[in-house]
Amino acid sequence: MSLKLAARVEMPKQPAEERRRNFEEVTLGLTPDQARAEASRCLKCKARPCVSGCPVEVLIPEFLALVVQGEFEQAQGKIQERNSLPAICGRVCPQEIQCEQRCVLGRRGEPVAIGMLERFVADYAREGELARRQHCELKMVPQSLLKEGAPRIAVVGSGPAGLSCAAELAKRGYQVDIFESLHDTGGVLRYGIPEFRLPEAIIDYEVDYVKSLGVNIFTNVVVGLSLDLLELLESEEYQGAFLGTGAGLPYFLNIPGEGLNGVYSANEFLSRANLMKAYRFPHYDTPLKVGRRVAVVGAGNVAMDAARVAVRLGAEEVSIVYRRTREEMPARLEEIEHAEEEGVQFRLLANPIKIHGDEKGHVQAMECATMKLGEPDASNRRRPVVVPGSEFILELDTVIIAVGQGPNPLLTRRLPGLALNEKGNIVVFDEYGATSIQGIWAGGDAVSGAATVISAMGAGKRAAEGIDLWFKSRGQDSGI
Amino acid sequence: MFAIMEKELLAPGIHRLEVLAPLVASKAKAGNFVMVRVHSGGERIPFTIAGNNPKAGTIMLVVQEAGKSTKAIGALQAGDTLLDVVGPLGTPTHIEPVKSLVGVCGGIGVAPTLPLLKAFRAKGTEIVTIMGARNKDLFILRDEVEAVSDEVIYVTDDGSFGAQGLVTDALTQLLEEGRKFDQAIAIGPARMMQATCKVTEYYGVPTIVSLNAIMVDGTGMCGACRVTVGGETKFTCVEGPDFDGHKVDFEELILRQAFYREEERGGENCQCHSS
Ligand SMILES: Cc1cc2nc3c(=O)[nH]c(=O)nc-3n(C[C@H](O)[C@H](O)[C@H](O)COP(=O)(O)OP(=O)(O)OC[C@H]3O[C@@H](n4cnc5c(N)ncnc54)[C@H](O)[C@@H]3O)c2cc1C
Ligand SMILES: Cc1cc2nc3c(=O)[nH]c(=O)nc-3n(C[C@H](O)[C@H](O)[C@H](O)COP(=O)(O)OP(=O)(O)OC[C@H]3O[C@@H](n4cnc5c(N)ncnc54)[C@H](O)[C@@H]3O)c2cc1C
Ligand code: SF4
Ligand code: SF4
Ligand code: FES
Repeated sequence: MSLKLAARVEMPKQPAEERRRNFEEVTLGLTPDQARAEASRCLKCKARPCVSGCPVEVLIPEFLALVVQGEFEQAQGKIQERNSLPAICGRVCPQEIQCEQRCVLGRRGEPVAIGMLERFVADYAREGELARRQHCELKMVPQSLLKEGAPRIAVVGSGPAGLSCAAELAKRGYQVDIFESLHDTGGVLRYGIPEFRLPEAIIDYEVDYVKSLGVNIFTNVVVGLSLDLLELLESEEYQGAFLGTGAGLPYFLNIPGEGLNGVYSANEFLSRANLMKAYRFPHYDTPLKVGRRVAVVGAGNVAMDAARVAVRLGAEEVSIVYRRTREEMPARLEEIEHAEEEGVQFRLLANPIKIHGDEKGHVQAMECATMKLGEPDASNRRRPVVVPGSEFILELDTVIIAVGQGPNPLLTRRLPGLALNEKGNIVVFDEYGATSIQGIWAGGDAVSGAATVISAMGAGKRAAEGIDLWFKSRGQDSGI
Repeated sequence: MFAIMEKELLAPGIHRLEVLAPLVASKAKAGNFVMVRVHSGGERIPFTIAGNNPKAGTIMLVVQEAGKSTKAIGALQAGDTLLDVVGPLGTPTHIEPVKSLVGVCGGIGVAPTLPLLKAFRAKGTEIVTIMGARNKDLFILRDEVEAVSDEVIYVTDDGSFGAQGLVTDALTQLLEEGRKFDQAIAIGPARMMQATCKVTEYYGVPTIVSLNAIMVDGTGMCGACRVTVGGETKFTCVEGPDFDGHKVDFEELILRQAFYREEERGGENCQCHSS
């Protein structure tokens, strides 16, 4: 006789028809009862396979047990022992290939909804904190652990890697200054991932938390241009540095017609929409032309986000154009499903070869070749090959290119002696992210190439440990 | 917040600002620019660093009112602030020590040209500058340009000052007279740079242009500013804004500059942020 497993909770969400027209969050979060019921499905496995599936090894069974007891604030503390941005990770981690993939329940039914529960706990704690603050009119209690005379570390970039490195260093007593080239914090969290997936209020809250630890954040500073990092280290203004500069350089397809009006990189399209709030034009000054028929080339998270923003900005037909099949699509499963519900079409096994324009230099159509899957390539994915004579034309107003990003060379070009690989990523020499220049560590997308929020955070945190160990070994640590 | 220390009206709709931005001022080189956001709802817009005073920590910007954001700047006074100023961005101009140079600037293009003239002058280059404007009231920075030039030739569309005609007419005349230049700089509206490059290409004078592509971040992150130079795609904000003018696809640049023209007009109807 087999035990009947309770079904996994369904996250309530805005109906697709409604959310196609707004930028409010798609998923609505669990109620306390739903959360407790879902957490009680956990079997408290001794081997803890879920924990090893999480890049920062969140203490999953422990926090779930606290949720079952209704101790939500304690559960938050438990998560924060390993993850300083739980409200963000609960929303954007690709759980189906990380923690939840390893959950034993997944073998016979559906895994515990670890991501949803992490989000629930973090939201609950945040709302409680905000309510308390409003009630007592208290400012966030400064928890600064900074030590006078502790080494001062420069962190470049305020994305997840930089934020988590800074937070971890501050907790260990170091003085930390973050430099960010944009006018606002958060890196991709702010300029890339749209409001309906990750509300700005949550990023603000998490950034405030990092600041409350005593970290200074200076926006509008491009390290390498506004400041010379080697100069700062040589003059001993800073004793060490962490590079969390991300992979912000958009790739194009290098096909004819990419210079036409109406062709965007996903970065341009999304940063006009998110960072510059073009969706509120003309209340915000930055415009964004969406057009009636939009094709997004690529099938990762970035592509899904661009497609779903296009839907919300009023495009009538939005399609994803991808040269492989559904199975190979790299986006989070949930985003693919949400995109589909919102009416995004998928043109699979299609590869753009040329973009055609009109006499005003505006996109008119995109020519594609039909592909079929051939032999597996080095990445063990079956390589798409062209079906001869299969070209077809898509009539379009807008093409958004979302085929990946590389590291931005602004800073690395100006750091002679910094080892880079052939793609321009920073090479690191140990698990802590030590680079070829003594006193400089690196992590996140700048090292790994475009990856995930949680892996960038993990790298930032490990670098902080490495930095601490290094100063300790020299007897110069913060003394904590 | 970046304080405006001084502000002066140079000509109708053209303002000179001295802005307190010490980091930028200490690192700025000829050819660099900044991205500015006036207020929290504003666009990020690029301006050339027309001069810098590292001691005072200030940079000089020359702003021509074109649309909503530049008009908002026009309405500010000394003592007001700009919300964001970031830089110095772009790749500084490569200043080759040459014997003789002709600077060709149209309208507001004189502001970006000035730091380049100064940098060449510092290397001992002999300089002839051709300045063009629609009429005599629109010339700006004349004293500054005259101070770094051996000769300045003025042309206006209506003949109200200097010769009547275009900068290219004056340039062609010089070259026809047999004047030799090792280098030219052409900065102004895209059509003017394109026309100038046609002339200098014919006479074999290498020409630096400064491209005013539409930008969003100005740090290589969005690709909005891409231009085709010598058949290759380049990001103006990272590899430019200066390029070899003989290799630039100006037709593409001109079409791309026009992409948001209608919206920019519509955008001016929202007055929420203007104060
Ligand atoms: C549209 C989009 C959607 C995504 N969706 C998901 C998702 O659902 N789940 C997921 O896990 N991951 C997702 N990702 C990937 C994830 O966002 C990244 O892997 C992660 O943000 C990398 O973090 P990071 O700190 O290394 O870099 P970034 O987030 O890129 O931050 C780098 C920061 O450094 C700044 N910087 C760069 N150079 C300099 C300099 N010289 N001086 C000062 N500052 C500098 C940049 O402005 C930026 O703010 C998505 C990415 C995109 C673009
Ligand atoms: C590297 C660089 C340096 C520049 N330096 C200066 C400078 O020193 N002084 C100065 O006055 N201007 C300069 N510009 C141009 C300036 O950035 C634009 O005039 C400004 O962005 C217009 O903003 P707006 O909101 O006032 O007008 P908008 O309402 O945005 O536009 C008004 C008109 O200008 C066009 N336009 C918009 N953006 C640009 C642009 N980047 N370049 C050209 N045309 C544009 C629009 O299509 C529209 O027709 C520079 C541009 C670049 C790229
Ligand atoms: S951080 Fe991400 S991978 Fe780790 S437990 Fe949370 S949702 Fe899962
Ligand atoms: S693997 Fe699944 S069931 Fe087991 S402890 Fe982890 S979450 Fe609970
Ligand atoms: S302005 Fe964004 S890449 Fe140049």
